[in-house]
Formats: sequence, structure tokens, C-alpha cells
Amino acid sequence: MVPEQDEQVDHGRRTVNWLLGSSLGVLFVSIFYPIVKYLVPPKLAEPTTVSVTLPWKLAELKANSGRIFRFKSLPGILVKTSGGDVRAFSAVCTHLQCTVQYREDRQDIWCACHNGTFDLNGKNISGPPPRPLEPLKVNVRGDQIIVMKG
Amino acid sequence: MAVVRIAAWLEERIDLWPLRHFIGKKVIPVHRHTIWYYFGGMTLFLFGIQVATGILLTLYYRPSGEEAYESVQFIMTDVQFGWLVRSIHSWSANLMVLMMMIHMFSVYLTQAYRKPRELTWVTGMLLFGIVLFFGFSGYLLPWNVLSYFATKVGTEIAGQFPLVGHMLMRLLRGGDEVTGATVSRFYGIHIAILPALMTAILSLHLFLVQKQGMSVPPAIERAQRGQSMKTMPFVPNFLLRDLFGWFVTLGILAALAALLPWELGQKADPFAPAPAGIRPEWYFVFMFQSLKYIPAKIGPFDGEVLGILGYSLGGLFLLLVPFLDKKSTMGEPNPVFRWIGIALIAYIVIFTALGYVAPVGK
Repeated sequence: MVPEQDEQVDHGRRTVNWLLGSSLGVLFVSIFYPIVKYLVPPKLAEPTTVSVTLPWKLAELKANSGRIFRFKSLPGILVKTSGGDVRAFSAVCTHLQCTVQYREDRQDIWCACHNGTFDLNGKNISGPPPRPLEPLKVNVRGDQIIVMKG
Repeated sequence: MAVVRIAAWLEERIDLWPLRHFIGKKVIPVHRHTIWYYFGGMTLFLFGIQVATGILLTLYYRPSGEEAYESVQFIMTDVQFGWLVRSIHSWSANLMVLMMMIHMFSVYLTQAYRKPRELTWVTGMLLFGIVLFFGFSGYLLPWNVLSYFATKVGTEIAGQFPLVGHMLMRLLRGGDEVTGATVSRFYGIHIAILPALMTAILSLHLFLVQKQGMSVPPAIERAQRGQSMKTMPFVPNFLLRDLFGWFVTLGILAALAALLPWELGQKADPFAPAPAGIRPEWYFVFMFQSLKYIPAKIGPFDGEVLGILGYSLGGLFLLLVPFLDKKSTMGEPNPVFRWIGIALIAYIVIFTALGYVAPVGK
């Protein structure tokens, strides 16, 4: 065969290889793309309410105590300090997302998972949490407690 | 005899000679470290128990946020011997992880990963990861308070990985939070995806072990140079010893399940605080305890991100150890790798112990 013919055959082979290769690639993608997309969970609509009326009356809460409540899809914590102040924070620990609790004896907010503590302003004071708790705004209307994003 | 007749019937149709020849030829080296050869088989035996009891549990278990806890409660209280099947599944899972750890570290310290067994080690490390994921995913399935927070923390840790973390976390949770969707997903992972992976990789691991035979520690090889190694036939000598060990383990499992049935705890409540004294399964405790000590910030980085990257690097080191330890390939002793192994074991033992005894005050 003359070199020119050789080159033509090579070119033809390369084209066929390319076509076969790319169609295999497309086949591969067309199988795995839907699978990967299927595995990614769909985004759920967040509840749009921005404020939550708590199921307890202000008078029910004793000083130096804390309670967990549902704020949208996440837990929040309401604290009544020994001075009678009512404060609310997201109860999701900023370390690894455990739910925090109020410690009456030490008057702080504590995460049992990795021993992180926060003061009553939500500030991280010891242990591994890297950031303060997200503060929530508390409105008291009569005896009702309404909590909203801060 | 029926067995002989069946064997003859098979022999007429399929040539069993290669198999008989292989079994007849297979020997186990006998030396002062022979004891460590039993732990791989022990892990395999416990895996068999897991498959059998796991299949039984699927008959009553219901994977959803509303029904998971109640269905396990039903298994424990109403189903005949349900308590036994579930307790054996839980105890056997824990013993399996323990046996696998002993197997892995004995292989590491006897440098059995060295050439030509690099692939056996790598497949073993992949199995190690799969088994830990089995433990992690199975722990959530009863949907109790402990498992809820363990999963929340565990998936959040996955979420700390740079770049892919958030996507990985959503992929694991089946959403942004740990919910009933996570239970369904973990169930699928636990009973379908992981078993499929395990079967494939375990087959390769066992094939390689059969193909290459047992590794003899380099120190013993050196001491025995020029002399022939003492061995025992696999069938029946070693196999009978294996069976004896498995029989004893079965007895221990039954005793543990009967005397210390696995507790179910309280149903998970996403709106309750994490209870005091919470900790994961014992084989994750050393990591859990370390996370408590890592400060919030190390320089400009979040402490836990560095911690998690450290564990990933540690895992990568173990995975690649046959390729890093060049000396052992040539049959030379390598004290650096030996001491790394011993330090690793010491770290795991000390931090696991700390996880149980260090005071955490409520």
C-alpha cells in the first residue's frame, strides 16, 4: 500500500474508534446521569412561617430553666434566666449539630455530644463549638411567647 | 454411603480433580504467630451470622420514621425468639468489628501486606471501611435517641469535608436533616448496597488468600532460612481448629444475647436535647473522644475540619501502607512502620478508654 492509502485507512480507523468510543461514553453517561440525579434527594419546601407561638404561657416557665421547642423544622431553646429574662436560640449546636440543653446547676447551655458550652447570650465559652448559637427574637404578648428569626 | 455416591455422581459430570487437588495441597505454616491466622476466618464466620440474622430481621423490620422503632419493639417483644435474633445480630456485629480489627492489626504488625500481597491488603482495607459503614448504617435502624444523634453527628462529620461535604451529607441523609428518609436510605444501604459491595470485594480478598497462601512473618522467614517451614494441612487440621473456634464463638454469642439482650432505648425525638453520657458504638469512640479535645479553631481553620482531615489521612496511610513500606518488600525489618502501628493501637485503646472513663458532667 502506498503511504497515502495507509494514512487514509488510519484516518478511517481513528474516525470509527472515535465514534465507537464517544457513543460508549454517551451510553455510559445516559445510564449514570439519571442514577446520580436520582440519588440526590429533592429539596423540600421549607415552612415559610417566620414566627412561632410557643405552646407554653410565660407564667408556666420558672426562672432558671430552659425548654426545647420546634422552630420551623429545627429545634430551638427557650431560656428563662434566674433574673427573669426570656431568651431564645437555635438549639442546634454549632459544632456537629447535636441538640443542646439548659443546665440549671451551672446556668449555661450545654451540648452533651462533645461537651460544648454556651453562656446565656448564646456565646460559645468552652469545648469544641466554633461559633455562638444562632439567636432568635422573643416577643411577649400578654402571656404568649412568640419566637422569630433574629 | 450417600455422600460417596453423590460425590461420584458429581465427579462423573464435573471434573472435581482441581478442587480436590487444591484442598489436598493447601497447608498452613506453623510457627509462633500461627494464632493470628484464625482471626480472618473468625471475622468471616461472624459475617455469616450477620447475613443469616439480618435476613431474618428484614422479615419484620419496617424502614420509616413512623414504624422503625415500633417494628424493632415488635421483634423484641412479640415475635418468638425475636429478642434472640436481634441481640445476636447486634452482638455479632460488635464482635465482628473487634475480630476484624485484630485481624487487620495482626496482618499489619507481621508485615503480611508486603509484596506480593499488596492487593489482599488493599481489598482488606476496603472491607474494613465497608464493615464500619455497615455498623454505622445499622446503628440508625432502630431509630432510638442514641442512634439519632450518632447519625446526626456522623453525617455532619461527612459534611465537614471540603468541597464535596455538603453534597455528601445530603446524599447520606436523604435530605437536609436526619429524618425518616434517612432511615429508608440507610436501610437500602445496609441491606442491599453494602452487601453487594461486600460480596464482590470479599470474594476477591478470599480468592487472593487462596491463590497466594498464608504469609509468613519476615522475622520467622529469616530465622528459618535454609530449613523447610513446619506446616499443617488445611483440611482437616486447620479447618477443625477453625470450626472449634467458631463453635465457641457461637456459644459466647448465645450467652451474651441471653444474658445481656441488646437494649432498644427511647424512640428518637428530633426535638429533644441530646442526652447526657451520649456516645457512639465503641469502635467509633476513639474518634468521638478526640473530637471533644480538638479546639474550636486551629489557626484559621475549624478544629473539627482538621480533625476529620487527619482521620482521612490516617485511613489513606493504612490503605497505601504496602506501597509506602519499601523495606518490607525486600524482606528487611522496618521498625518505623512497626512503631507507627503500635502507636496507632495505643492511641485507639487509650482514647476509647477515655471515652468511657473521662468525666463529662451534667
